[in-house]
Amino acid sequence: MKDTVVKLKKKKRNSSFGIGQGRFTPFFFLAPAAIVLAFVVAYPLIYEIIISFKNVTLLNLKSQNYPWIGLDNYINVLADSLFYSTLIRTILWTAINVFFHVSIGLFLAILLNRKLPGKAFIRILLILPWAVPQYIAAMTWKGMYNVEYGSINIILTKLFGDAALIPWLSVPSWTFLACIITNIWLGIPFMMMISLGGLTSIPEELYEAAELDGASGFQQFKNITLPLLKPILTPAIILGTVWTFNMVNVVYIITSGSASDESQILITMVFKRAFQYFRYGQSAALSVIIFLILLAFSTVFIKAQKSDD
Amino acid sequence: MKSNKFNRTDSLGKTILIYVVLAIACVCSVYPILNILSISLRPADALFTKSLSIIPPNATFDNFRQAFIQYDMLGWLFHSLVVSSAACAFSVMLSVTAGYAFSRFEFRGKKTGLTLILVTQMFPLAMTLLPLYLMIINLKMTNSYIALAIIYVSTSIPFNIWMMKGFYDTIPKSLEESAYVDGASVFRSFYQIILPLAKPAVALTALFSFMGAWSEYLVASVIINEAGKLTLPVGLVSMQGQFSTAWGIYSAGALITAVPVMILFVCLSKYLVGGLTVGSVKG
Repeated sequence: MKDTVVKLKKKKRNSSFGIGQGRFTPFFFLAPAAIVLAFVVAYPLIYEIIISFKNVTLLNLKSQNYPWIGLDNYINVLADSLFYSTLIRTILWTAINVFFHVSIGLFLAILLNRKLPGKAFIRILLILPWAVPQYIAAMTWKGMYNVEYGSINIILTKLFGDAALIPWLSVPSWTFLACIITNIWLGIPFMMMISLGGLTSIPEELYEAAELDGASGFQQFKNITLPLLKPILTPAIILGTVWTFNMVNVVYIITSGSASDESQILITMVFKRAFQYFRYGQSAALSVIIFLILLAFSTVFIKAQKSDD
Repeated sequence: MKSNKFNRTDSLGKTILIYVVLAIACVCSVYPILNILSISLRPADALFTKSLSIIPPNATFDNFRQAFIQYDMLGWLFHSLVVSSAACAFSVMLSVTAGYAFSRFEFRGKKTGLTLILVTQMFPLAMTLLPLYLMIINLKMTNSYIALAIIYVSTSIPFNIWMMKGFYDTIPKSLEESAYVDGASVFRSFYQIILPLAKPAVALTALFSFMGAWSEYLVASVIINEAGKLTLPVGLVSMQGQFSTAWGIYSAGALITAVPVMILFVCLSKYLVGGLTVGSVKG
């Protein structure tokens, strides 16, 4: 009698798993991916926090003996005025980029979300920038920014005369603008496709009803399109912001060769500190600071979105 | 009387305006790519010209030839092919199984696991590149294609796991149930019944992870620095010399690299966006 009770219990527990599933089955399926993610994502993150409190330089790099120096790396980073100017530039960079990605992307998506002959072809042309590998895009734009032979300056001088010759790559503020233009070009297709996916899921009847009620185009956009796109756009915007904040490729490649730090953003500073100046500890501290900034941003943003609902 | 090819509400003027705006947007988006094409076709003595024509006068394929003669283009292509294929194979194996576990099994921490996987997308590789680099030095794995491939795997599996899970969710559970009744084990029913059905999703995972590895520059530039071992991205960017860049040959190389990926990408973009939105809505 007791035996059968135990057996029944066992059976019951088994059936609370998925059918056919033993105790360790999920483990076998998950372990490989989990191990890789733990080694290549989780462990480095922890390791980074540890070395941000240590003195790691080119000299003791191979010995693996890194002395603890407490908060020195953080103090070094935060005492540098370059950090603050770069932080402001990074925020500016992110805000401008994401704003244009979303607004132009959404605008194009709305234009495309209708019956239009040739629509499929236009859409392919518009997502091409996304398909180009980022480093090739950055290199190509860098060539186009060449003062004398770059096609951008040639077009500008043909349109506006010789006064429109812009020293894109030699003056830091122009270089920064050059990076922004390049990155806007790269990022629009992602937002456009996301918005297009969201738009096609909004039922046509809503707009028809709104029209019957006499709503203007802008009212329809504000009261139907935006609220219904929100669940799709919010995660896309968060991801877009984080990606833009950490966009190394474009800034690093376009500014490489210029000595000035006046067009860097935080993440390229991390990269340069580590792999050009070999100040590994400081670079790690800077990454941790970036990590905290992004964490704060996404928590606040998600909370704000939730309280809106 | 308007044809029903167009939106009912759009007037003729509005339609024309839409086409004009879209045309301008298309020109902006395609022009830089045409610019590469144009430079790659220029003969060496006319590289620096102020003309804006896309197909230059006396166009030549010489730059494409020179890419293989003056530079080790063939070697780079081969190295990239090795790394990307390895990354692709690993990535498929790992995400196919992990996605299945998330779709079919009940276990503690399932929701947390799925969310954590999404969270990894929040912190791009650039942030953990330094600790990874130190780890690789400690393991004496600099210039190792395996290290590079494993790092690429970690970047591609989060998205792939979500995509696979989404696809498995559409396959009815009754298929496996009947297999269990016939005495098949979990592994066997997964391998022989579900996996063949999931072929389209597996193909997509493979392509996306391959393309991701193929077009990645930053990690490769840090890990691979031995002249004979460069992969395509590192090799191409290294053409950007201190004082002058071989723009013609670079552009030819860039086209050879980018065009196949671009074609694949455009064909697959529909699924990519589908996967992204599914992940975000449910997450």
